[in-house]
Amino acid sequence: MAILIVKRFLLMILTMVAVSIILFLLLEIDIESIAIKVLGPYSTEEQRLLWLENNGYNEPVVLRYFTWFGNFLVGDFGMSTAYKLPVGDVLWPRLWNTTILAFWVFVFLVPVSLVLGILSGMREGSKLDRTISVVSILTTSVPEFASTVFFSGVFVFSLQWLPGTSNMFDGFDWKQLILPVLVLLVYDFGYVTRMTRASMAEVMTTAYVRTAVLKGLPYRQVILKHALRNALIAPFTVLMLQVNWLLSGVIVVEFFYAYKGFGALLLDAALRQDVFLIEACTMVAVFVVVATQMISDIAYTYLNPRIRFT
Amino acid sequence: MADSTTTLAAETIDTPPGGLRRILRIIGLLRESPVGVVGALLVGFWVFVAVFAPLISPYEPNATMVPFMKPGAVNPEGGTFWLGTDHIGRDILSRLIWGSRTVLFYAPVATFSAYAVGIVMGLVAGYYRGWIDDVLSRIGDMILSFPVLVLYIIIISTIGASGLNIVLAIVFASGPAIMRIVRGLVLDLRNREYVAAAQTRGESAWRIMMVEILPNARGPLIVDGCLRMGYVIINIGVLGFLGLGLPPPDPDWGGMINETRQMALLFPHMTVLPCIAISSLVLGFNLLADGMREVSLRD
Repeated sequence: MAILIVKRFLLMILTMVAVSIILFLLLEIDIESIAIKVLGPYSTEEQRLLWLENNGYNEPVVLRYFTWFGNFLVGDFGMSTAYKLPVGDVLWPRLWNTTILAFWVFVFLVPVSLVLGILSGMREGSKLDRTISVVSILTTSVPEFASTVFFSGVFVFSLQWLPGTSNMFDGFDWKQLILPVLVLLVYDFGYVTRMTRASMAEVMTTAYVRTAVLKGLPYRQVILKHALRNALIAPFTVLMLQVNWLLSGVIVVEFFYAYKGFGALLLDAALRQDVFLIEACTMVAVFVVVATQMISDIAYTYLNPRIRFT
Repeated sequence: MADSTTTLAAETIDTPPGGLRRILRIIGLLRESPVGVVGALLVGFWVFVAVFAPLISPYEPNATMVPFMKPGAVNPEGGTFWLGTDHIGRDILSRLIWGSRTVLFYAPVATFSAYAVGIVMGLVAGYYRGWIDDVLSRIGDMILSFPVLVLYIIIISTIGASGLNIVLAIVFASGPAIMRIVRGLVLDLRNREYVAAAQTRGESAWRIMMVEILPNARGPLIVDGCLRMGYVIINIGVLGFLGLGLPPPDPDWGGMINETRQMALLFPHMTVLPCIAISSLVLGFNLLADGMREVSLRD
């Protein structure tokens, strides 16, 4: 187990380093364009050259990469050109806001998708199973940007129950959080439900569940005591990997509802060509994904004694 | 997955290979799944609309006429705006019809290109194993550790928004995922007798991969391809919605939503209709995939 954790951890570091190289190649290799992005399109040639010289851009590429990566490690992401602030000052509050959003999505996503998945996997092919399957296909087919429009149409314009933007200008307001959470929930629950269903349906066909049924145990007990334990291993990993999808969805939802979160910040940085902010945001996003992948791998091994990676 | 591969492998023995015949056979099988039929109808509807766009579209998609018309309003110059017009007076029905061309061109091109890359990488990784597998798998893992949309946004904002760049971004982001699936299938198939037989006959590795292995892996790949097509359509839509899609003025469903969403309060039809269009097309592909999976698991 300890070896596994160390291995996964090293793999995570390796991935982060590789991702940083990809990012560096994508964004920092062309120094001319960086100077334009930082100093603006109306800067003169001399200004740019001077800036490049002063900020060490004329060093060899490899050396530049290591300085850049070193600065990253100590949390020095540079200055945001769009916000005129250190990147960290812009980034961390935004990340916190998105964490709140993601937290509430998970609070509802986990019970809803697990319960629906178990109900439909319990009796494969039943009417309930068919209904849940079709509904989950339907909800995953409606992209987040479409459901933002639909939900806003119903809850904001027609019923006027909820505010249409979530900018939280007058402090935290839970009402503004309902629609973003709802949209992400509706898009994401279908996939997890289907995975839970598949896992549950598989467990229901195993010999030990059949034995439990045949020896006359009450159905409730068979499900709760025998089937669930094994059926929930796979959905657990799926739920952890959902973080990757959630980060994508968060961009759309935060953009639409003007929620001051991480996704909107990343999009904003990309549109305004704020190089250092893009880099920091991307590294953070990848770190979150890789870290959750690592945790889910380790937990999966822990939960499933049949699998032991060495 | 393994089940469907074996059944499809068994089928090839009694059906002579023939493109059209195989397609007809799949459609025939699909009849058994009502979900799949609905999916096929939805996709078929949009393909029909896209193919005959010049014939059925009442107006030029970029022609500006009377702005802010409600659905069903009469055009003073003759004709009717069945679905209304947008903020600069373009007929929404015509834009939806021509927009289906855009999406049904770029989505398949991007998906098939991603498959071409992913299949070659997956075949090579799964067939040769060893260091080449390690290298390809690691690269794939790294690309897959980016949240998809983050990757798209970085690529598009760095190299610019155009049709070709969207296709490139999609290939870059989904190639590794396809590689993973293909590799898994190849690892299973490469130990079959017919592969051993081909190796004994002295066939080249390339021929074995393409002729012996790949056709037998197609079952799961077709199902995945349908799902992925739906997902690619969503992503093209998202890029349009975020203002990173195809450059205006050509009709693009995601772009239509983005341009008009500020006016959705007063003129909901401008925004809601493209949303319905895109959702129905994605739903079609997802139902089709589900139907095919059901049918392939049945026998």
